Amino acid sequence: MLHFPRWQTISIVLVVILGVAAVIPNLVPRSWMAPLPSWLPKERIVLGLDLQGGAYLLYQVDQEDYIDTRLRTVTNEVREALLKEPRIGYTGLGVVSDGVEVRIRDNTRIDEAADRLRQLLNPLGQGVFTQGGVNEFEFSQSDNGLMRLQFTEAGLAQRVRSIVDQSIEVVRRRVDELGTTEPNIQRQGDDRILVEAPGGDPEQLKAIIGTTAQLTFHLVDTSVNPTDVLQRGRAPAGKMLLMTSEDNEAEPGVPYVVDEAPLITGEDLTDAQPAFQQQTNEPVVTFRLTTGGARRFCDVTTREAPSRTPFAIVLDDEVVSAPSIREPICGGAGQISGSFTVQSANDLAVLLRAGALPAALTLVEERTVGPGLGADSIAAGETAAIVGAVLVAASMVLVYGFFGVIANVALVVNVVLILGLLSLLGATLTLPGIAGIVLTIGMAVDANVLIYERIREEGRAGRSPILAIDAGFSRAFATILDANVTTLIAAVILFQLGSGPVRGFAVTLAIGILTTIFTAFLFTRLMVAMWVRRRRPTEVPV
Amino acid sequence: MKRLSLPTDTKIAFMRWRVPAMIGSAIGCILSLALFALVGMNYGIDFQGGTMVELRFHEVRPISEIRQEVGQLGLGDVQIVEFGEPTDILIRVEEQPGGDEAQQLAVMQLRELYGNDADFRRVEVVGPRVSGELAQAGIIAVVVALIAIMVYIWLRFEWHFAVGAVLCTMHDVILTIGLFSATQLDFNLTSIAAVLTIVGYSLNDTVVVYDRVRENLRRYKRMPMPQLIDLSINQTLSRTLMTSITTLLALAALFVFGGEVIRSFTFAMIWGIVVGTYSSIFIAAPLLITLHLRPGRASGGGKEDEADDGEPAGDAEPTPA
Repeated sequence: MLHFPRWQTISIVLVVILGVAAVIPNLVPRSWMAPLPSWLPKERIVLGLDLQGGAYLLYQVDQEDYIDTRLRTVTNEVREALLKEPRIGYTGLGVVSDGVEVRIRDNTRIDEAADRLRQLLNPLGQGVFTQGGVNEFEFSQSDNGLMRLQFTEAGLAQRVRSIVDQSIEVVRRRVDELGTTEPNIQRQGDDRILVEAPGGDPEQLKAIIGTTAQLTFHLVDTSVNPTDVLQRGRAPAGKMLLMTSEDNEAEPGVPYVVDEAPLITGEDLTDAQPAFQQQTNEPVVTFRLTTGGARRFCDVTTREAPSRTPFAIVLDDEVVSAPSIREPICGGAGQISGSFTVQSANDLAVLLRAGALPAALTLVEERTVGPGLGADSIAAGETAAIVGAVLVAASMVLVYGFFGVIANVALVVNVVLILGLLSLLGATLTLPGIAGIVLTIGMAVDANVLIYERIREEGRAGRSPILAIDAGFSRAFATILDANVTTLIAAVILFQLGSGPVRGFAVTLAIGILTTIFTAFLFTRLMVAMWVRRRRPTEVPV
Repeated sequence: MKRLSLPTDTKIAFMRWRVPAMIGSAIGCILSLALFALVGMNYGIDFQGGTMVELRFHEVRPISEIRQEVGQLGLGDVQIVEFGEPTDILIRVEEQPGGDEAQQLAVMQLRELYGNDADFRRVEVVGPRVSGELAQAGIIAVVVALIAIMVYIWLRFEWHFAVGAVLCTMHDVILTIGLFSATQLDFNLTSIAAVLTIVGYSLNDTVVVYDRVRENLRRYKRMPMPQLIDLSINQTLSRTLMTSITTLLALAALFVFGGEVIRSFTFAMIWGIVVGTYSSIFIAAPLLITLHLRPGRASGGGKEDEADDGEPAGDAEPTPA
């Protein structure tokens, strides 16, 4: 056991040197590392949000909201399909539990109507793996002219998946616009999105992510009195009633009756910027339209300019402003005004540039830590680790003398290797992770204690020092392995099944066990072997 | 330098106390379960949903005043405690009825109330959908870990050891649950990590003792079980004590200096180390007798073991080089 081939000695020393090299970038300023060759490890330990401050936000895609919006669009599509020349008379068009229903009045044209509606079925994702693709909707009809378009389960599931993908993209663009450094945005489960952003203002982040930002322009129907509609509670077919936003100070809660089909949607925008209106110096948002959007806008404004019809600028079902069309707008650019502050104009521009979320996101879990607390936690963790290490080291020397010193060197190597591995793996160090390291400091000496106690025992049984040492190591190893593997199993399962603090703890615990096995099996043994070779002890040393 | 000496060559007859210890442990477990059933644990927001806010006020505010102010928000059950520094206040609001959005509303109300007077050092909001899942995941983690460890020990040892180790671990987990119920410490995700570490540590200790029992079973084939177990425990006693002491020292440092956030975690761990050390000696080892690992005197022995009761039989004395 005490014989080491040269290659083994060299490998062990190399591993320790590598560990030290991996830790160094954490200790020196970044600028020192920059000029060094690229093959040197330069990664630093990634600090968890609980140590550097930041926000952990878990969002869930609101399926109900998506279904609502989607069915509203489909209702419009059905109406358009039936009103297309030659018109087919219908009644009772509306949304009924996850589907759209309509009754065809003219019995002789039922087949024609069914044909038109079938064209709306909208096959999804005809990829290689989806055989023939799935239909988003299922068409059914009963004898008396009642027709129904109903979401299919597969279609809905596929939709939700693509909504999450799309939402991740939108959220990423929005968070990037805020200038957050190194945000982590990822899918979690079927319908969740995790956003981790270090630093920054969590409230602003939440406000920016939580807004759907569906921007639409609608023509206002001036022929109906909105107050009447408000009282009746129902808009005429093809129209809808919208209100101005509650926090629109100029005119809160004003009703407008507008065309349900939008003139322009957020998809027609190419750019949006905050600006100031020249005459009044109030903050506005300027935008540019795509070529197609610009042409459509030009056509409508040319047609409506003589009658000075207003159009409503609608954001997430609330009217932002409703300017009248005074002249044709054909330049493909325009501006939105409506009692903005500089901040809200800026936020709206960010949202419009990043695009709309396909469905509302619900915040289901939030954990934010201020930067001050994070720094306090690091300091507390460091103090605890240093005090713990000193206490443990002192007691080892008190009990085992010189061999205690060896154990302490092994302990230092152990901690260096843990930190080095954390740096190399890019694993995140959290506060519970620091707790894991401190715990490892306490337990890491266990391997040495097992070995030393075994050596003592063998010595008492009357063996020569070298044999006692040799037997001590070989006998203790089976125990060390069994004991550590059981803890490793617990750590791996913690990592697999846990989340947040549990994971952070499991990472350092698992790494700690691996480095403990390395230092006990190889490093400590090498040091003892070198000592034995030099000293040729005549009595059992521990 | 003068060394401290650990007890060596002890001959403590632990097994003489195994019946009282078992009875004591059984009572402890029953009390823990009763406490758990009657009083219950103080589940943190991770498992119950709700909002937790840690504030640092710019100036010291009397807690009664804060209680009154927050009470006027009508957020239901609110706990307000001082936390570390005199300016630090922890506010815990129960889960608000009305789904995930309603929880956010509670935070907004608190921000409106104290946004100018205090730093929001930490905000945690767990909605009803997530809290249920977190609790479920936590329970699954503990159960799966126990099963995996049992399988490993079963493969490496005999089934008696696996059952003994798991029973002993359950004993430690139950007593830890009892601790949480009795002290009403916040039981949250980090506490689950503490419980699983206790599981790991306790098993570590148990495995060391079992390892020695297994070794001695091969060596002393005729020794009666109680005597053999006493021998094994005494042989490993100095290691058990030394490791427990160093671990406790490290955890004590964490408890004192590690900050408020992980204090309950560390407290649970310290308790777990004490219980784990006790149980590996007084529960895990005697369980092997209860499980009839080697019934009768000589049933495990073959013919070659006429050696005797005192001398090693298995491995020959190595000759000095």
